[in-house]
Amino acid sequence: MTKQVQQLDRVIIRFAGDSGDGMQLTGDRFTQETATFGNDLSTLPNFPAEIRAPAGTLPGVSSFQLHFADHDILTPGDAPDVLVAMNPAALKANLADLPRGADIIANTDEFTKRNLLKVGFEANPLEDGSLSGYQLHAIPITSITVKALEGLAVSKKDAERAKNMFALGMLCWLYNRPAEGTLRFLESKFGSRPEIMKANITAFQAGWNYGETTEEFSVQYEVKPAALPPGLYRNITGNTALAYGLVSAAHLAGLPLFLGSYPITPASDILHELSKLKRFGVRTFQAEDEIGGVGAALGASFGGSLGVTTTSGPGMALKAETIGLAVAVELPLVVCDIQRAGPSTGMPTKTEQGDLLMALYGRNGESPLVVLAPATPGDCFDTAIEATRIAVKYRTPVIILSDGYLANGSEPWRVPELAELPDVSAEFSFAAPDELNAAAVEAGASPPGFMPFQRDPATLARPWAVPGTPGLEHRIGGIEKADGIGTISYDPDNHDRMVRLRQAKIDGIAADIPPLEVDDPDGNARVLVLGWGSTYGSIGAAVRRVRLTGASVAHAHLRHLSPFPANLGEVLKRYDKVLVPEINLGQLALILRGRYLVDVISYNRVRGLPFRAAELSRVIQDVITNA
Amino acid sequence: MPDLASTVPAANGHGRRRAALTLVPHATEHLATRDFKSDQEVRWCPGCGDYAILAAFQSFLPDLDVPRENVVVISGIGCSSRLPYYVNSYGMHSIHGRAPAIATGLASSRQDLSVWVITGDGDALSIGGNHLIHALRRNVNIKIMLFNNRIYGLTKGQYSPTSEQGKITKSSPMGSLERPFNPLSLALGAEASFVARTIDSDRKHLTSVLAAAADHRGAAFIEIYQNCPIFNDDAFAPLTEPGSREQRVVRLEHGQPIRFGPDGSRGLRFGPLGALEAVDVAESGEDGLLVHDAHVTDPSYAFALSRLDSADFVHTPIGIFRQVSRPSYDDSMAAQLDDARTEQGPGDLAALLAGSDTWRVG
Ligand code: SF4
Repeated sequence: MTKQVQQLDRVIIRFAGDSGDGMQLTGDRFTQETATFGNDLSTLPNFPAEIRAPAGTLPGVSSFQLHFADHDILTPGDAPDVLVAMNPAALKANLADLPRGADIIANTDEFTKRNLLKVGFEANPLEDGSLSGYQLHAIPITSITVKALEGLAVSKKDAERAKNMFALGMLCWLYNRPAEGTLRFLESKFGSRPEIMKANITAFQAGWNYGETTEEFSVQYEVKPAALPPGLYRNITGNTALAYGLVSAAHLAGLPLFLGSYPITPASDILHELSKLKRFGVRTFQAEDEIGGVGAALGASFGGSLGVTTTSGPGMALKAETIGLAVAVELPLVVCDIQRAGPSTGMPTKTEQGDLLMALYGRNGESPLVVLAPATPGDCFDTAIEATRIAVKYRTPVIILSDGYLANGSEPWRVPELAELPDVSAEFSFAAPDELNAAAVEAGASPPGFMPFQRDPATLARPWAVPGTPGLEHRIGGIEKADGIGTISYDPDNHDRMVRLRQAKIDGIAADIPPLEVDDPDGNARVLVLGWGSTYGSIGAAVRRVRLTGASVAHAHLRHLSPFPANLGEVLKRYDKVLVPEINLGQLALILRGRYLVDVISYNRVRGLPFRAAELSRVIQDVITNA
Repeated sequence: MPDLASTVPAANGHGRRRAALTLVPHATEHLATRDFKSDQEVRWCPGCGDYAILAAFQSFLPDLDVPRENVVVISGIGCSSRLPYYVNSYGMHSIHGRAPAIATGLASSRQDLSVWVITGDGDALSIGGNHLIHALRRNVNIKIMLFNNRIYGLTKGQYSPTSEQGKITKSSPMGSLERPFNPLSLALGAEASFVARTIDSDRKHLTSVLAAAADHRGAAFIEIYQNCPIFNDDAFAPLTEPGSREQRVVRLEHGQPIRFGPDGSRGLRFGPLGALEAVDVAESGEDGLLVHDAHVTDPSYAFALSRLDSADFVHTPIGIFRQVSRPSYDDSMAAQLDDARTEQGPGDLAALLAGSDTWRVG
């Protein structure tokens, strides 16, 4: 049967089911096909922290939202056009987000009396007319799948488990996605278990055929590829991009990479990814605890490796003392904090920007360091390289503030040519004995000897003198050191000088980073929206909506949070009103007010989810109206 | 400058390629004790046992036959942890309890270094207990010298995790409620591959234990009984005072019968439930008396030896309790990198970044 094909410019699909239903995998595969097809896309996985929360309950619902379009998009979207609900809990948990008229594809097999009661449905919503405002497709997905697999040598349970592939096949047909990638994926994933592979492939094809041959769907949709800048593309999550960025950065610096890490959600995937890359000379060390992870990384840096540690908020709290030691001994260290909802354990799988003040100030004493935040999943790659560049050039810890949304979310990423990447090795060198001794003599050191805290006048970085280098034997430690010579010093004026030198070194990096760029197309804006980190997409989308109404608004986004770009103060003063949306209670706003005496307007939502563009655009409109 | 990027393949024309760097090199010149003395004034209290340990360490280091620049000393916090400042090599005086973790990162990324950890009973067994047991379990190639003075010195005299139960200190005016750790039992519980005990005042014995530890590939754990004359004076006097020590100190030597007491009149034998008991050789005869074997793979025997230590030092073995060979963590880690390259070829960065699902635009 030939069906009508309708063109759409963008679609938001949400797959939702029990955490055991394979919704993340289904979403991932649909995303891969969509990426290969050439749409721009953005994803939002959302799952419980429990590996298997009680089946059929609201806390057990796992979902994956995907926004894809024929044009450049910035967010995973606010409201789904299509909800795939594999059980009543998935319907109940997601219905409120659905606009009227949206499609609901529901697996009727799971809408049993017992399952309905579990989530408080008195009557079956698929039958009582309560969903009449939506396009309801009630399909017995489980039983059709089981039937399609009759004759295959798989148990009933395995047959039922293949229902997610049926749903995927159906959606792939509905949106004209290519199928080859998924078939190849299933072949390699289940290569060692041919029956299971056959079952999944058969279920996928059955879903596809179901869409094509039944009358359930009268139209098929098409979303044309997006016009992205030319190049080779792949889909990438923030955690993968960060891992690849670290490997690339070490390679560009000519340093061995050493990761010391303790498993923690949502950072563990970086450890997993890097532990697969031993052929690149990457050493990964799964430590006994968070402190051991960062300690080993710092030890490796002392030895001339690029020491890296990865964690999330609770781990950051534990690492604070060692990061302070890295500030004191002035060695390179890259600390990746994949923020999650806090305080304490908080909501491990949900996103938040709550660690900014901890990253900036959460150590004893005056303890300045560098803080960077990536804006999108793909940007995690570039941020890792920038963090490495600064860490090795200035011998300082650098904290990267990613978050759960960037970590697990994905987007199409233009694969860089190696020759485009910066040559980090040109930015630093290990201390060599002769030059430094000569410099020490010139500086009047007596007896002539190596001065481990004699700073480069341009960068204020101290020498990175690596064990094994003859003539540069020296001791470093957490006790205050005499300026230059580096021996223990309790001298009051020396301490004051060292406190200021450490701060001046970090402040000076502002001259070595790009100025803040402002997106203000017509130059008429009186309101600036200033964000940092993962809110880039939401703010960008909201700003576009506002501009479509004819209003003017400027957007700037901070990647460097310590030090700030040199022109930040001037940019802030250029606008009548500055709106600072953050997924915390106003941490950046607090600093801007204190540092620049600008009365910024803080907008805060701390729901464990990214901002919705619609919500932010209303907020921006309000500020413009009152400006 | 050492060449560090041997592990980074200059795969695609970017970055610098450097030569290999693997084993600890030999010293090219003859080094003397003075070469390992830094210009820093030593600042322990007069009479502190740390002086003797430092002196023994400095005079032993030339025998290592390792260039000064390939020796690294890493410590935590406490009186003993000041030691790296006094040794003219590379060193780091880190933070409380974390030296084994920092040394793990250094030793497992630099097989060409001789890495020593200096720690104390509070540093290693209280705040840093976790790092210690895991470094021993992994068999990281570091030599850990634990100065056990059974007290907190730097913070001025609180009970430590090795202080005897009932000890009166500033923080336990009615006596400490806690049972002490036996550091050797703890290390053996973690199945450390090299476990020894020695005493600050016995320079010869101390030096011989350091030498054996240095020869051991993997983690070496050395407990050093160290006197703190200020806050816990004479804690080990029964083991150091002439007249008393002959009765109590049990010297362990691999392959030798374990004998102690006047004229070696006493020996050790396993009792019915696996605990060791001391017997008079004249009464019990030589049958069943122990000959020390530090190389037994199972740590139970060494553990039984470690239990002989008691608060009143009735019989206290010193020497090498256990020395077994098993792969060192840095060697295993390096071997995995080699295997990965053999099996998968050297890393190709461009191929990694592209992955398997790509599409081309324009
Ligand atoms: S307090 Fe005790 S251990 Fe510390 S330096 Fe003084 S004597 Fe030595």
